[in-house]
Amino acid sequence: MTARPALHGGRLLTLAPGLALAVLVLPVLGGLLTSFAPGFGPDGFARLRGWPGLPGAVRLSLVTGLGSTAIALALAALILAMLVDRPAFGVLRRLLSPLLAVPHAAAALGLAFLIAPSGWIVRALSPWATGWKVPPDLLILNDPMGLALMLGLVAKELPFLLLMGLAALPACDAPRRLTVAAALGHGRLQGFAFAVWPPLYARLRLPVLAVLAYAMTTVEMAAILGPSLPPTLSLQVAQWMSDPGLRALPTAAAGAALQFALVLAAMAGWLLAERVGRAALRWRLWGGRRATGLDPAARVLAGVAGFGLAALLLLSLAGLGLWSLAGLWPFPAALPEGIGLQVWRNTAPSLLASLGLTLLIALVSTGAALALVLGCLEAETRRGRRPSASIEALIYLPLLVPQIAMLPGLQMLALAAGFQGHWPAVAAAHLVFVLPYVFLSLAPAWRSMDPRLSLLAASLGAAPGRILWRLRLPLLLAPVLTAAALGLAVSVGQYLPTLLIGGGRVGTLTTEAVALASGGNRRLIGAWGLAQLVLPALGFALALALPRLIFRNRRALLVGGGR
Amino acid sequence: MSNAGLHLENLELRLRGSLLARLSLRVAPGEVVSLMAASGSGKSSLLAALIGALPPGFTLSGGLRLNGRDLTALPTAARRIGLMFQEDILFDHLSVGENLAFGLPRGGSRATRRAEVAAALADAGLEGFATRDPATLSGGQRARVALLRALLARPEALLLDEPFSRLDAGLRDQIRRFTFARTRAQGLPVILVTHDPADARAAGGPVLDLFGQPVSPT
Repeated sequence: MTARPALHGGRLLTLAPGLALAVLVLPVLGGLLTSFAPGFGPDGFARLRGWPGLPGAVRLSLVTGLGSTAIALALAALILAMLVDRPAFGVLRRLLSPLLAVPHAAAALGLAFLIAPSGWIVRALSPWATGWKVPPDLLILNDPMGLALMLGLVAKELPFLLLMGLAALPACDAPRRLTVAAALGHGRLQGFAFAVWPPLYARLRLPVLAVLAYAMTTVEMAAILGPSLPPTLSLQVAQWMSDPGLRALPTAAAGAALQFALVLAAMAGWLLAERVGRAALRWRLWGGRRATGLDPAARVLAGVAGFGLAALLLLSLAGLGLWSLAGLWPFPAALPEGIGLQVWRNTAPSLLASLGLTLLIALVSTGAALALVLGCLEAETRRGRRPSASIEALIYLPLLVPQIAMLPGLQMLALAAGFQGHWPAVAAAHLVFVLPYVFLSLAPAWRSMDPRLSLLAASLGAAPGRILWRLRLPLLLAPVLTAAALGLAVSVGQYLPTLLIGGGRVGTLTTEAVALASGGNRRLIGAWGLAQLVLPALGFALALALPRLIFRNRRALLVGGGR
Repeated sequence: MSNAGLHLENLELRLRGSLLARLSLRVAPGEVVSLMAASGSGKSSLLAALIGALPPGFTLSGGLRLNGRDLTALPTAARRIGLMFQEDILFDHLSVGENLAFGLPRGGSRATRRAEVAAALADAGLEGFATRDPATLSGGQRARVALLRALLARPEALLLDEPFSRLDAGLRDQIRRFTFARTRAQGLPVILVTHDPADARAAGGPVLDLFGQPVSPT
């Protein structure tokens, strides 16, 4: 890295925090207000009420969102409680961490291939166990209850919650608290619940609410795994928004407002349930039970759930790969009769064009996010104080407000400004969602750096700019690259912002793959689904490899630095 | 020979093969045996091994019996050995009374259990502290609450891992006397690990190194 001129007087730096806040807050607020406005015209809510699917759609949104979040959180807690100090956990962690970077749409497509009536699981059991010679006429996929959608959400959110919990665990003094609880006679599960979970959950609350908001309103997963008559409310709103002449705009706006209210109500209910849970825990505490008998079953359940869901996701992705290579593959056969690159060869031109566009958008949005985050952190370091907790909580704002509620408004604003349908507008929309993840990923590493290092450098006469470029950034290369890889993965996975801000004319790998999903050409879906994984995988591989290459003669930077 | 007390029979603690401790000793009810060694010598790992929470990489061999029960195969929660760390490890999200209730085993109605917690607090000079936030307590008060919590679980032995080292010099002696008076009154066998000779002197029992050789606590 060459030395660059110091940011002059820090003028740009003083702007960074304000700019980042503007990126986090303005699109959300502007989007929400603009989204809802047409709904309050003469026929928005009236038409929405007139839609016969409304009660079912509302119920689906609530049940799948709340249900999958509660299940994923419970399983994450169970795994943290029962397995975290076991050797098996290291394996599980290595399996789940890369799955975090898999776009939701790719995971959903793979899962659909796996569990469909003609999918891999049924094929593996047919005809010898089931007797089926043709795919059974069962609604396993797109079931009206939304069970397949919930399974997909749980499988995708569990790794996220688990890794967030793992990151928060050291601050909760878990090992010694668990030892104290055990020495007082408590079973492991109960000791964890009493002694570790309350402080741990306090740190997980915002990520959990973000998961809830996503699970209630996901469009791409609902389109692939969810029911269709009626679909979830968010999917229906997205379909109304995509109506060519914007005739359904008032209905869509009313639906978006209703969806937003539903998410707020669900969050309020969730926070109420927290209070009930705390009271129940206290009640149980005074009862004095030790509950050592729960531990064996809890340990088995934790292992089955953790490894089962990891296997489900891995098989899903393997299935995408196999379908993309498959020749003739008649129904009950577990494996295709031939393997070839035919599909890849045919679709390569459009695939590569889309890959390039996806990469361009991801690089621009991630680069901008990284510049803003580094500016904020450097400004904070030079000023010597962190922003208040409430300001910092705003980082979560774009993750807590459902995309389906704010993006229609942003789409209208982009349309009015003439930006819609161009890739820079899409990259700008991605920035809103990439920025929080880059910040959350980088800030802990940045803040844990020994402040004496820069003090020492300053005492040697180094200017702040030189300290940043020659000292802090090189030392933090690994976490910076990891944050960038995460940002890249988040951008690649964005569906709704790409679809709406791109006006359907900016075809990234994710929007194209979801669009193909309704067509039913499995080989093509497999190829495009798998292609979604390429950029995140490359990004994380580079984030791992580059520091090792650059610092190959600096052992202290390699130990644990390449995480 | 009586079964009462805590018996370590040819107990050997190793870290990846290298021997850290070899002990054969009997701690009688009400007795305090002090183990003195420099920091980093494996004292805390030995206590972890005794309660059945062996850290990775360590191995333990030999026998461990408490009042005639063989403990070697039992999980921590079933051993009935209390433990006090250097820090008091109170749960800051619970009130003082709830911290104590966490130690109290099942039995009696909720009302009698609340009364038992209140009585234990009053007995320790902490009357009316049940609803207090642990964060508002002084260091000495926290130490007493942590000890009460360990004792309310009705352990049959107690292990102390330098529990006084974090306290101010003036307070240290007071909490030491408070602790040993309680363990003697309840007839608990106690093992204290420390590097502070004053702790060992105050305990009044034998003072050994990690290989069972007497050490003079000067």
